[in-house]
Amino acid sequence: MKRYLPFILYGILCFVVIAGARSGLIDTYQQLIIMFIGINIILCSSLNLINGYMGEFSCGHAGFMAVGAYVTSILNVWLFTSSQIFGEPVLSPVAAVFLFPVTLIVGGIAAALAGLLVAIPSVRTRGDYLAIITLAVNYIVKSSIENIQVIGGARGFMGMGKVVDSMTGVLNLPWVMIWIFAFTAFCIWVLNHFVNSTYGKGIIAIRDDEIAAEIMSVDTNRMKIVAFTLSSGMAGVAGGLFAHVLGYINPGSFTIMKSTEIMVMVYLGGMGSLSGSVLSAVSFTLLMEILRPLQVYKWVLIPLLLIILMLFRPEGIMGNRELTDVFPKLRRFFPSKEL
Amino acid sequence: MAILELKNINHYFGGLHAVSDFSLKVEEGELIGLIGPNGAGKTTIFNLVSGFYKPTEGEIGFCGKSISGLKPHEVTGLGIARTFQNIRLWNSMTVLENLCISQHYRLGYGFVDSVLQTRRYVDKEKEVIKSAREFLEILDLKECENEYPKNLPYGLQRRLEIGRALTIRPRLLLLDEPAAGMTAGDIEQLIKLVKWIREKFKLTILLIEHQMKVVMGLCEKICVLDFGEIIAEGIPSEIKKNPRVIKAYLGEEVTVNA
Repeated sequence: MKRYLPFILYGILCFVVIAGARSGLIDTYQQLIIMFIGINIILCSSLNLINGYMGEFSCGHAGFMAVGAYVTSILNVWLFTSSQIFGEPVLSPVAAVFLFPVTLIVGGIAAALAGLLVAIPSVRTRGDYLAIITLAVNYIVKSSIENIQVIGGARGFMGMGKVVDSMTGVLNLPWVMIWIFAFTAFCIWVLNHFVNSTYGKGIIAIRDDEIAAEIMSVDTNRMKIVAFTLSSGMAGVAGGLFAHVLGYINPGSFTIMKSTEIMVMVYLGGMGSLSGSVLSAVSFTLLMEILRPLQVYKWVLIPLLLIILMLFRPEGIMGNRELTDVFPKLRRFFPSKEL
Repeated sequence: MAILELKNINHYFGGLHAVSDFSLKVEEGELIGLIGPNGAGKTTIFNLVSGFYKPTEGEIGFCGKSISGLKPHEVTGLGIARTFQNIRLWNSMTVLENLCISQHYRLGYGFVDSVLQTRRYVDKEKEVIKSAREFLEILDLKECENEYPKNLPYGLQRRLEIGRALTIRPRLLLLDEPAAGMTAGDIEQLIKLVKWIREKFKLTILLIEHQMKVVMGLCEKICVLDFGEIIAEGIPSEIKKNPRVIKAYLGEEVTVNA
């Protein structure tokens, strides 16, 4: 029973937020921020797997996010809405309610395959080289999308609003928010189990000492591919959700700036700490909103905060510890499987 | 049948002929010392055997099968474990975790099992932790289970590294300068430990060492390398007197004509 306590608590929290959104206690602006927090948690924790746990340096996370965003959006618009590009809906728009998570997962799989495609040739490289490769991939994805006119090119792609509308038409609930809550929990759950298994700790061994890992029977290439694929798949899911929050996407949303933003969140939270990633995604998203009145000066203040953080706490908010390490009493609520 | 057989190994680093025409036969249960001045190619030979480098020429056989060209983790899976000259432990993980991860090759479950925490995952994980604890007990490191390796004294780190190699359940153990940087007391203990694990796990050991005390105290057979070539082979007492060995270590005697 105790094992399910975190899930129950999270479920209650989600229920309260959704009820608040339905009754109008939480206005649309606040809902938007809550949804971005969820998306940022997925992005940040999945990038943490590579940049934090594995100690590699991937700076093209937004590229994989774009793959997921476009695949999910195109699928949904094609299947559930009548659009200029695809014509009449293939399936009944009502089916969107059930099939939305499926299309999200398909988007995630597409992004994971893109990740796999990048990982296979680049596992041999490390550090700076991987950074350059992922940077290049980010640009390739962005420019490819810009040049495919069918899906709007640089003008962007829209129509996801209608998909969301047809979902709310069936049952008036904030569906996108519900799925953000669900996938955020799912991603954290997967990552948490992965990095706490001896199998997954193989990637921490790669960070600590790759040569020792290789000699001590860890199949480093395989582990790198698994981690990279998993991470980009999650970025793809986040991208799909992002597209449906905004109802409109364009290649300009998935530039190196976006990748940098995710990286900043990872380093803010602490490399190799899942709870750090969650905390930093929440606080970073809120900070961005609080500082919105400053307009352009926001981009002076935020980097400044980052410099101060690096000077006084270079390991980030949590370092490589988890909340349960800092407050051992929390372990009562998050008991690990007895081994 | 020899457990490890190196046949006419040649290895080049660019223009440097690091190992030249090296042949060695190690019989089951032997403890062979590999000595030689710095840069003689001793560690290169370890790297070749453990699959870290692929030999430019030559053949490496383990238990009758060729292993040249296999990846390091595959070689390890066959039963060749090694330690490193400079200690390479995973410092962000506890001592127990260090001993668990080294059993990676025989986990027998994959990504899906680890996420879903299936029956198989739970069973295998229990097994791995149990055997890691057994090794902690054997190595007398039980109190340090949750300690981080970097906080352990140097001697214990060395011992942990040997222990980590043992969790592989090797048949052949390669020890690369296990006594480097140790005090006299630590060395005494190390010699005892190596003798003991050799008995207990029926190991064949190949040892690189500069400390003559360790080499002479442990090895039945010594192989001396210089510039990638074997210059002498034999029992310790012979090696001590071998003029080529003395020359390699101390240089040539020069007669000065007045």
